[in-house]
Parts: sequence; C-alpha cells; structure tokens
Amino acid sequence: MQYRAAFLFQSLGHFLITGLEFVGLAAVFQRFDRVGDWTLPEMSLFYGIISVAFALAEAIPRGFDVFHRLVRTGDFDRMLLRPRSPALQVLGHEFQLMRIGRLVQAVVVLILATLWLDLSWTPARLAMLVFAIAGGVCLFSGLFILQATVCFWTIESIELVNCTTYGGVEAAQFPVTIYRPWFRKLFTFVIPLATVNYFPTLAILGRDDPLGTSRLFQCLSPLLGVVFLGVCLALWRIGVRRYASTGS
Amino acid sequence: MRPYTAILSARFRMLLQYRAAALAGIGTQLFFGLVRMMIFEAFYRSPSAGQQPMDAQQVTTYIWLGQAFLLLAMLHLDGDVATMIRTGAVAYEMVRPVDLYNLWLARAISNRTAPLMMRAAPILLISAAFGVLSPPASAESAALFAVSVALGIVLAAAFATLMTISLLWTISGEGIARLGPAIIFFFSGMVIPLPLLPAWAQPVLEALPFRGLIDVPFRIYMGHLSAHETLRSLAQQVAWVIALVALGRVLVARGTRRLVVQGG
Repeated sequence: MQYRAAFLFQSLGHFLITGLEFVGLAAVFQRFDRVGDWTLPEMSLFYGIISVAFALAEAIPRGFDVFHRLVRTGDFDRMLLRPRSPALQVLGHEFQLMRIGRLVQAVVVLILATLWLDLSWTPARLAMLVFAIAGGVCLFSGLFILQATVCFWTIESIELVNCTTYGGVEAAQFPVTIYRPWFRKLFTFVIPLATVNYFPTLAILGRDDPLGTSRLFQCLSPLLGVVFLGVCLALWRIGVRRYASTGS
Repeated sequence: MRPYTAILSARFRMLLQYRAAALAGIGTQLFFGLVRMMIFEAFYRSPSAGQQPMDAQQVTTYIWLGQAFLLLAMLHLDGDVATMIRTGAVAYEMVRPVDLYNLWLARAISNRTAPLMMRAAPILLISAAFGVLSPPASAESAALFAVSVALGIVLAAAFATLMTISLLWTISGEGIARLGPAIIFFFSGMVIPLPLLPAWAQPVLEALPFRGLIDVPFRIYMGHLSAHETLRSLAQQVAWVIALVALGRVLVARGTRRLVVQGG
C-alpha cells in the first residue's frame, strides 16, 4: 500500500465514473417516471445487486483479464511449470483493491433502493440477496475466465468478449423485460445474466413475473450462474492442456 | 507550418494500419449502441414521452452518432509523450527548434482523426442501413455538423494535451488523468443525451465546454438547435479551443522551466 495517493485517486475515479452513470440514469427518471414498467426505486434494486456482483468479480479474478499479457511475455509458461493449479496462480496475479470504488458505489445504490422501496430485509430476502450476488460473481468470473481462454487461440484479448462483461453488466442493470425478445433470450439462456439478477430480484420484491416464471424458479435461478462458471472453467482447462501440449 | 503537417500525415498513415483492433472495437460498440437504444426505447414507452425536449427517433440517432464518434469523448494521454516526460527524455524535445505545445497538440489531433474516421464510417453505415440513424436535417445541417466535429476534434485534442501537460507536475499521471476523462465523458452527453437531463441543469451544461465534443455537433446534425443557437454553440466551441490552447501554452512554458530549474 505504498502508493496510497494513487490508490485513493484511482478508487475515487472508479467511484466517480460509476456514480455519474447512476446519477444520470436517476435524472432521466425526472422526465419519464418509468422505464418499461419499472420505477426508479425498483430499477435501483436491479442496478445495485448486479453492480455489487460485478464489482466483486472485477476485483477478484482480474488476473484473467490481463491474461493476454501473461501469455505474450511468457510469464504463463512459468506458471505452468509451478506445481500449483494454473487457475489459482492467474487469480492471484492481480488482486485489484482499487476496484473498491465501484463496489462502494454499488452498495450506495443498494442502500438508496432499500430506502426508496421502504424494503425490510427479512432473513429470507437477505438470503436471496446473498445468493443472487454470489451467482453473479460466479457468472462474471466465468466470463473473465472465458475471455482468458479465448487468448489461447488468438493471443490478443478479444474485445468482443468485453461486450459480455461490461456490456453485460450495463444491460443487466435494467430488468430484462425492457429489451427485445431475442436479446432477452440471449441473456437468459446463453449468458444467464437474467438468472442472477432479474429473477432473484423479483423474488425479493415479491412481484409477479410478466414472463410467467414460478417463484421457485426465481429463488433457485442463481444456481445457473454457478453452472456457467463451471462450464467456463472446463473450457479453460481444455485450453491449458492444448496450450501446454503444443510446446509453445 | 511544414514540420507540423509532416507529423500529422505520418501519424495518420501509421494509425490507419491498426485495422484489426478497429474491427473488434466496432463490434463492441454496435453492441453497446444496441443496449443503450433499447434502454431509451423503454423510457419512451412511458406516458410522458410526448413532452420531452427530444423525441424517440432523435434520441436513437443521438445514441448511434455517439457510438460512431465515441472517440471524441474518450480522453486519453498520449502514451509516448507521457513516457518521455517520465524518463526525462522531454529535455531532448526542448532542445529542438519546434514549439513544444504545437508539437503535442498536433500529435493529439492526429491521434484522434484517423481512428475517429475509421470507427465512425462503418458504424454510421450500419446504423443507417438498419434505419436507426436518421439522415441529417438538411444539407446545411450536414455541413455545419462536419465543421462542428472538426472543432470537436481540436477541442478534444486541447483537453488531452492539457492532461499530458499536467504530467510535468505529477509525473505519475494521477489526479486529473484519472478523474478528468470520467467527467468529460459524462458532461459531453455520452451517458445521457444532455437535453434529457433536468431542466435546472441545462444552464450549467451549456456553460461547460464539454458539450462541444458531443452534444453540440449531434444537435446541429438533427437540426435541434435554432440558427441563432447553432451560431452561438459553434462560437463557443471556438472560444473554448482558444482558451484551452492559451492555457496550455502558459502551462507548458511554466512546466518545462520547472524541469530545467530542478536540473531534470
């Protein structure tokens, strides 16, 4: 923590960027009182939950995000030689504490949502919240790992995968019903962002789903985020094995 | 003048070669544009949609223009110059018979022009083909739009150069380099189209220079500004460019003198 001033500025910068984004969105609600069928307090809950998950996911497995650098400089080869899981090593490579700026902003938004909705956090609701966030962290981590896996084939980190991470969080900040059907399906079945945000939040709010899902499904859906992580890890392992065997 | 134009054309040619990166970037931006467009479509489904300063089609056009001209609002430091300052190699630059500020500004302008054109063309074509980008309000609007974008490039370059100059003081590039881009990005209109922000905020937004990067050119394109407002906005862009250039020159003189005094 030597570079305390730098750390402070960077955290402040992240807080500001994300904070301005939310302030802007909230300001638009002054002119339009709802987006789709959702009010600002409701949207804030969706926004807060997925942003917390993303902020945590950004901080922890960040090593995978800069993975392309490791491959290019040959650092990854060194990691393969060590007697520890390559995944764990890449994970520990870059623990970005400065992402706390976004985390603070996300928590602030959650608190605002709670106040605006006059929401009482019963144990059931809290459990749902933790479960949803955990599912979200798994999902975004899976996406970062996927991004790194793509590097085995192209070396340069493909910017298109950024669509799924940063584009994904931006899209998931809104309840998925506002989007067109094909987009909704993409983010429910392919990259299951809806399962770690939209459905669990419906359970917390106690609202009925315009898409017609059952309460049981809504409560269990974050599991799909964990499943997604498993799939991404499996793909990663395949990539590592093939990389090591090509003797590069 | 010759050395500056030579620098401009050389960098232009070099940057045109970064085609692969550009293609990937375009895909990303199409995605983000789509998401934003759908979000605002959803806002416009509410009953108060009819009384807004912009209609739904104008907002959609604004968003796609924003994706096309995104680089106008993305302020980044000139990496080479930053390294030069950090390593002290800037001293060599000072010995040359070229004005340092003009050199950095020329670099900043050329750093933006080629990537901007390369990014804008395909996004404009694709969004127009899908019918989500409206054509300019008139031939006049289109011409004035081009002028405004050109001014926007110089304005953005002036901001970037100021940020680079700040390195003469902080070296590690913190502070302004971290917070500046976020503020500029938001107040240019890239996050929320400025007319959609609350009415009480509009005077403040108009006074700030950042709308000259995004909001002014786009509203000229759409014919959203009256003739009088258009003239005033263009004049404002020019005025801010002059002010920022003047400030930049003063700061460069002070900053380099400071380096010399410290024996750097």
